[in-house]
Amino acid sequence: MTNADDTLLRLDGVFTNIGRYRILHGVSLAARRGRVTMLLGRNGAGKTTTLRTIMGLWKARLGKIIFDGQPITALDTPHIARLGIAYVPENMGIFGKLTVRENMLLATGRRGFDPQHLERALESFPALKMKWESPAGSLSGGQKQMLAIGRAIIEQRRLLLIDEPTKGLSPAMVDQLVEALLRLKREHTTILLVEQNFRVAEAVGDDVAVMDEGHTIHTGDMMALGANHGLQHRLLGLSMADSV
Amino acid sequence: MSRQWIGQLNRWAPYALTPLVVVAALPAIGPGPWVTLTVAGLTMGVMLFMVASGLTLIFGLMDVLNFAHAAFVAVGAYIAVTVLQPLAGWTNELSMTLNLAALLVALVAAAAASGALGFVFERVVIRQVYGAPLRQILITIGALTVIEQLVIAIWGPQALPLPKPVMLRGSVFIGSSSIETYRLFALCVGLAVALAMHLFLTRTRLGLVVRAGVEDREMIQALGYHIRRVFIGVFMAGTALAGMGGMMWAQYQAVVGSQIGDSMTILVFIILIIGGLGSVGGCFIGAILVGLTSNYVGFLAPKLALGSNILLMALILLWQPRGLFPITEHH
Repeated sequence: MTNADDTLLRLDGVFTNIGRYRILHGVSLAARRGRVTMLLGRNGAGKTTTLRTIMGLWKARLGKIIFDGQPITALDTPHIARLGIAYVPENMGIFGKLTVRENMLLATGRRGFDPQHLERALESFPALKMKWESPAGSLSGGQKQMLAIGRAIIEQRRLLLIDEPTKGLSPAMVDQLVEALLRLKREHTTILLVEQNFRVAEAVGDDVAVMDEGHTIHTGDMMALGANHGLQHRLLGLSMADSV
Repeated sequence: MSRQWIGQLNRWAPYALTPLVVVAALPAIGPGPWVTLTVAGLTMGVMLFMVASGLTLIFGLMDVLNFAHAAFVAVGAYIAVTVLQPLAGWTNELSMTLNLAALLVALVAAAAASGALGFVFERVVIRQVYGAPLRQILITIGALTVIEQLVIAIWGPQALPLPKPVMLRGSVFIGSSSIETYRLFALCVGLAVALAMHLFLTRTRLGLVVRAGVEDREMIQALGYHIRRVFIGVFMAGTALAGMGGMMWAQYQAVVGSQIGDSMTILVFIILIIGGLGSVGGCFIGAILVGLTSNYVGFLAPKLALGSNILLMALILLWQPRGLFPITEHH
């Protein structure tokens, strides 16, 4: 699927435990530069654990995580973030007591907002501009998701890890979010995106990795998976492949 | 009543509680003593805030309930005694400038000593028990005893006098109400500390990181901040504030004993619970409420003075089970 040169992130046989339970059983996948890699799988397949392991929030027991040629398996989370990896967790990680501006400011470098990046983030998510000085806790679910992604792109990032951004959002909000993701894709942002909505995955994904029970069971081209209903059914089951 | 209206009422009611208590006390107490008691209550409140604010931040950010916090209060108070003894010439001079300069030196020394001890304490004791609440309770209660015994070993078992500087003795009169000069001074210092803390938390990047860390430690790390370094800073600041509070409290009582912090502990925990664990704003309002209630009830029904704060806490918890200003669920 990948050439060594264009791989930005690679996981080789990663095992992760949570407490006494082994959740990842040798996950191997790659995210190529400037492309959107979808991480698909049923609930409990280990997608969220994979993203958290990449971020160092849970430590890999075995295996290697290589980012831009550098092993990051043993690094702590702040170190990993400072390499240019932004993480948007499933719960969005919004600081509800802080304003939208303060949430965004926390993700900037020492010099604060870069006008160009700020404009790009606010153009992608105009609702944030209107709620700029409002407590983030007062935003709707969709607006919080926009803030979470806006915060992730407020600085130049090399890789975005996004966990189920469309979960629980209205169809209109999902469309808006897909539009924003497509815009990031056009800008050649490298994204590793966990998604349950197959329609969204088809719309934005270039590559795909499918997980099941802590293993990677398929890697390949997203378009090819979209066109192969039998494969979808075998890898993901009806519930996911049929979701629109 | 619409749901939105009830939401607004719930949002603003905690802020209205203190003014309501102050206004409600006026007819029961009468205007003369009311002014005296209100100033006394506010003073007590801001001094308690100095001690409690550090503890609430430490809990909010680090999930550590430090029962040894009272020891830092004692250390601050004893350091103040040690510093002010050679400065007796300044404190006995009829000069406000020299009096205040002596207190400033003592305040800085108390904060520095408690903060430095806090640094060592975090490294040696707290670091071993992050994420283990039961061990935290045991080890911090044990450490409280050890530090108090060390204080006795250094300064002796007898309570030491800490007389107020000459210019801060006596009272001033507002109409027919008498107000102790030291209380006004302590009120100004306490408000200045609260303001400084507010500005730090709302106007600086580090303050923003602390506030965010209280809400979601994990996410703040995912944004590239080393939370452990922030922990140490917050722990030192919290213990330094306890030392300052200890110095102010000891000077107010004009005497220092090794268990000075213990007498504040119950009130401090009541404040933390009333305000909402981890909330500095809630801690400030909780401290003022406790200070006012103690003074008003102490005047109206002295036998109920201590119980009044526990009753206040129970009533507030019945209304707001997570305190007046709860922090978002985290960790």
